[in-house]
Amino acid sequence: MNLTLHIWRQKDARTKGKFVIYKVENVHEEMSFLEMLDILNEQLIAKNEDPVAFDHDCREGICGCCSLYINGRAHGPKRGITVCQLHMRHFKDGDSIWIEPWRARPFPVLKDLIVDRAPLDRIMQAGGYISARIGSAQDANTILIDHDTAESSMDAAACIGCGACVASCKNASAMLFVAAKVSHLGQLPQGKLEREKRVLAMIAQMDKEGFGGCTNTKACEAECPKEIKITHIARLNREFLRASVV
Amino acid sequence: MGWFIRTFYSSIGKKLIMALTGLFLCSFLSVHLMGNFQLFKNDGGAAFNHYSEFMSTNPLIRILEIGMVIGFALHIFDGIRLWLLNRSARPVGYAKNDAAANSTFFSRTMIYSGGIVFVFLAVHLKSFFVEHRVLGSELTMYQSVVQAFHDPVYSLFYVAALVLLGFHLNHGFQSAFQTLGMNHKKYTPLIKFLGLMFSILIPLGYATMPLYFLLTK
Amino acid sequence: MTLDSKIPSGPLAEKWTKHRAELKLVNAANKRKYHVIVVGTGLAGASAAASLGELGYNVTAFCYQDSARRAHSIAAQGGINAAKNYQNDGDSVYRLFYDTIKGGDYRAREGNVYRLAELSNNIIDQSVALGVPFAREYGGYLDNRSFGGAQVSRTFYARGQTGQQLLLGAYSALSHQVGLGQVQMNSRHEMVELVVINGRARGIIARDMVTGELKRFIADAVLLCTGGYGNVYYLSTNAKGCNTTAIWRAHKKGALFANPCYVQIHPTCIPVSGDHQSKLTLMSESLRNDGRVWVPKKAGDNRPAGDIPEEERDYFLERKYPSFGNLVPRDVASRNSKMVCDEGRGVGSSRQAVYLDFRDSINRLGKDKIEERYGNLFQMYEQITAENPYSVPMRIYPAIHYTMGGLWVDYNLMSTIPGLFVLGEANFSDHGANRLGASALMQGLADGYFVIPYTLGGYLASGGIDKTTTEHEAFVEAENSVKSLVDKLLNIKGKESVDYYHKKLGKIMWNKVGMARNENGLKEAIQEIRAVRDEFWQNVKVLGSADELNQSLEKAGRVADFMELAELMTVDALHRKESCGGHFREEYQTEEGEALRDDENYAYVAAWEFAGVGKEPVMHKENLMYENIQLSKRSYK
Repeated sequence: MNLTLHIWRQKDARTKGKFVIYKVENVHEEMSFLEMLDILNEQLIAKNEDPVAFDHDCREGICGCCSLYINGRAHGPKRGITVCQLHMRHFKDGDSIWIEPWRARPFPVLKDLIVDRAPLDRIMQAGGYISARIGSAQDANTILIDHDTAESSMDAAACIGCGACVASCKNASAMLFVAAKVSHLGQLPQGKLEREKRVLAMIAQMDKEGFGGCTNTKACEAECPKEIKITHIARLNREFLRASVV
Repeated sequence: MGWFIRTFYSSIGKKLIMALTGLFLCSFLSVHLMGNFQLFKNDGGAAFNHYSEFMSTNPLIRILEIGMVIGFALHIFDGIRLWLLNRSARPVGYAKNDAAANSTFFSRTMIYSGGIVFVFLAVHLKSFFVEHRVLGSELTMYQSVVQAFHDPVYSLFYVAALVLLGFHLNHGFQSAFQTLGMNHKKYTPLIKFLGLMFSILIPLGYATMPLYFLLTK
Repeated sequence: MTLDSKIPSGPLAEKWTKHRAELKLVNAANKRKYHVIVVGTGLAGASAAASLGELGYNVTAFCYQDSARRAHSIAAQGGINAAKNYQNDGDSVYRLFYDTIKGGDYRAREGNVYRLAELSNNIIDQSVALGVPFAREYGGYLDNRSFGGAQVSRTFYARGQTGQQLLLGAYSALSHQVGLGQVQMNSRHEMVELVVINGRARGIIARDMVTGELKRFIADAVLLCTGGYGNVYYLSTNAKGCNTTAIWRAHKKGALFANPCYVQIHPTCIPVSGDHQSKLTLMSESLRNDGRVWVPKKAGDNRPAGDIPEEERDYFLERKYPSFGNLVPRDVASRNSKMVCDEGRGVGSSRQAVYLDFRDSINRLGKDKIEERYGNLFQMYEQITAENPYSVPMRIYPAIHYTMGGLWVDYNLMSTIPGLFVLGEANFSDHGANRLGASALMQGLADGYFVIPYTLGGYLASGGIDKTTTEHEAFVEAENSVKSLVDKLLNIKGKESVDYYHKKLGKIMWNKVGMARNENGLKEAIQEIRAVRDEFWQNVKVLGSADELNQSLEKAGRVADFMELAELMTVDALHRKESCGGHFREEYQTEEGEALRDDENYAYVAAWEFAGVGKEPVMHKENLMYENIQLSKRSYK
């Protein structure tokens, strides 16, 4: 199939960017979206044009690097996957595809489609951990965790930190990201001891970074490649309330 | 006191204010509607006038009234503050954004539906509160109502605003519970159903009044 | 150079305890006076940086991704082994040790592997303490599953995302230390040169991948935790960015490279669909718990899988290896899949695939149970192939997955350059010629959480580290050499892209230094690699400049290193005239086609010394001593 791509090009964080239109031909439906971009880049290199920069690494939907806003959706039109798992069979010959970087004030564009997601790391550094001195842990089976709690914690822990929640939220809120970590650790017995400190520190950092607030539109839940539910945001709210008021 | 300011200064705290005031205002909407149903009593407005007299003089109600004003003020002030904050979190928007694919129209337009409801509120207060309680109208409250709703433009404005109130409640009611941390696989479907009913029945109940007086009196 | 593995004397089970007791210590108050560089933030790097930061050392960590959490350990699916014996099925530290040595085809050190098995239990404890949500039984106890090469259930797992969860655990511990200021984290930084002063590793040159700036970092010790070099094949299950640059440049500065030819080919990957393919996706080995591997009995059978009756199917692993069945080790499974495809019995349009069939398990356990166990893997498969594995069998084929070879290290994980430590997949130490499933996670975390905190202290406390600064001529020289390399790459201004050459190199490696190797092929490969390398240096086209975010330039530097490493791998494969583990030489096989080891002549580690590009490297031997295990033919029948 042949496609028309509208791609955001921006030299660096300081330069203004713009959309540039490219044609790609002979795209096969078994290709992944990123392989289609590889082909575009090979064509650009052949013409001595600067290839399009985009973040990617594992290409199997787990590292959280890839971060494209495709035709108005974070990670493209399919639910529950990252861009690298999106295959061209979901597009058809003659389609126009708009490709943009994540847009949020805390995520400045570094080049083309690459943004800086360091604020998410800083939120984790503020409190996204359990303080367990290495070497001090007792036998793992001395902490009993019922099956359902372990599963629910795992649901939240599946977050890959890609930032699709921020990108798709109309407020550029990072609540689902923070909720995933607070809910993952806060449900586990070993994570309960620091729960108040954790939630307050992470929310304070989140606010400091300049993310918007949650207005419960559920866009994050719909676009999360790991399908993390906003019930975790409710838990975050609860944890926050508990830590603040109780 | 530090914790109090810190809590309500944070993004979640601001949302908590929205949720708590929102639910409080929902309770006001219910009570106000119940009282207003006395308009339909076929006694030439006696019961309604008596009721409005009671509402404007009873000391307990007067105290609650202050609470209500504060509730409205906080809800509006905080709503605008959050809206500005949220807008500033994305200075460069998307060229193409398919928001309909991931969220409801109502949830994305709260500031607009709320804004129109606010205009409605101002007009409503001007017509009834300011006229009677500030300027001291000659007419009884019932006469004011009849007179006001005789104007088709005025009545239709009411109905239109109430539709938007419905939009606002549709998202707002259940959203408030989510913000308060209440999301449970057993009870959330019930909350959502109640929210939907609330967002339909309350505006519908209010809308019967202008329509009744416009069409029958 | 004599290679001293520094394996402590004494009984196997007491070596590590004894060694720890004898290692020198750095006083708590003195730790903050030492600076340590950690390159890479996968399981090994993140756990090392977190542990050392917690101990009080000044740590500077680096990763090429935008966040430490994205290192490729995150992609490990199936699980992590530990000798907990929670299943009461006869497991023990000794058995895990034995299985690992045997799985590695008797080409790993006894001392290292025993320590690994010993530490495996601490890893599970530590990971749970850090909040890793391992699967639990209804009573709240930890659950286990089985993996290849073992007859006990000792694999702990968190759905199909065990690597992710273990890495996020280590990453959270690392983040904690970053938040406390104990670790300086530099993401989007790539190590491009090692700085050696007075024979000791004293720092690195790193390229800031956003600005292109070359930065000098000084330290008292350097830890390379940079993973494996599977991307030399272009197509592999590695992440696109995985590379050999850090260890290769350290090798060129004097660190010996051990057993480079030991490469693991994973049997269950999604087959290649065309030339556009940029990477291969693994389907966890855990699938072989419930999936049955088969091909049609007759060659060229074109019927859809469902139309082939039971008696015309060949469940070749169950047939040939009745006691391990579908759970034979990876090298055995891969080789057998290749064999049946070579016989023309492969399936799918390319005929380079075998079936992995869940029909019987779904019938026995129900679809829900299978979905609970492997739901995300099935989804992943369907995304890529548009086939539903609940109703049609998966098609799988082997792919490059892991490299057992790496920089040579002693028992303390120190390379032949004093002060240069190598952890995780980047070193060669624990897996011999083949790694068992669920053991990579174990090794990465054992090295980082529980080995390096002791052995690094031993090195630092032994003294002899001079004061120096980043103005030292070694730093200036290292930086200049990187500058000139970058300039050279940018100024070739040839005709073909970096990927073009990478693919070309990959094809040579896959065809001739892949699953089955022979003398002629390897000799040809050396010539072909040299030719591609020469062409690369004359005709590669790298656009853009050095002082910007330039992904082509990043790739070019990595591919340049792969071009050199490829030759060393081939030389090593050629010299090892035996078959063992992942290294299968067609000349050396039994009549049944099993690997034929030569313990008399090749029971050693081949550690290669760099002699210059295109020059014959110098081999140093470390003989492997087996004091506790009887070397025997590795049988899974």
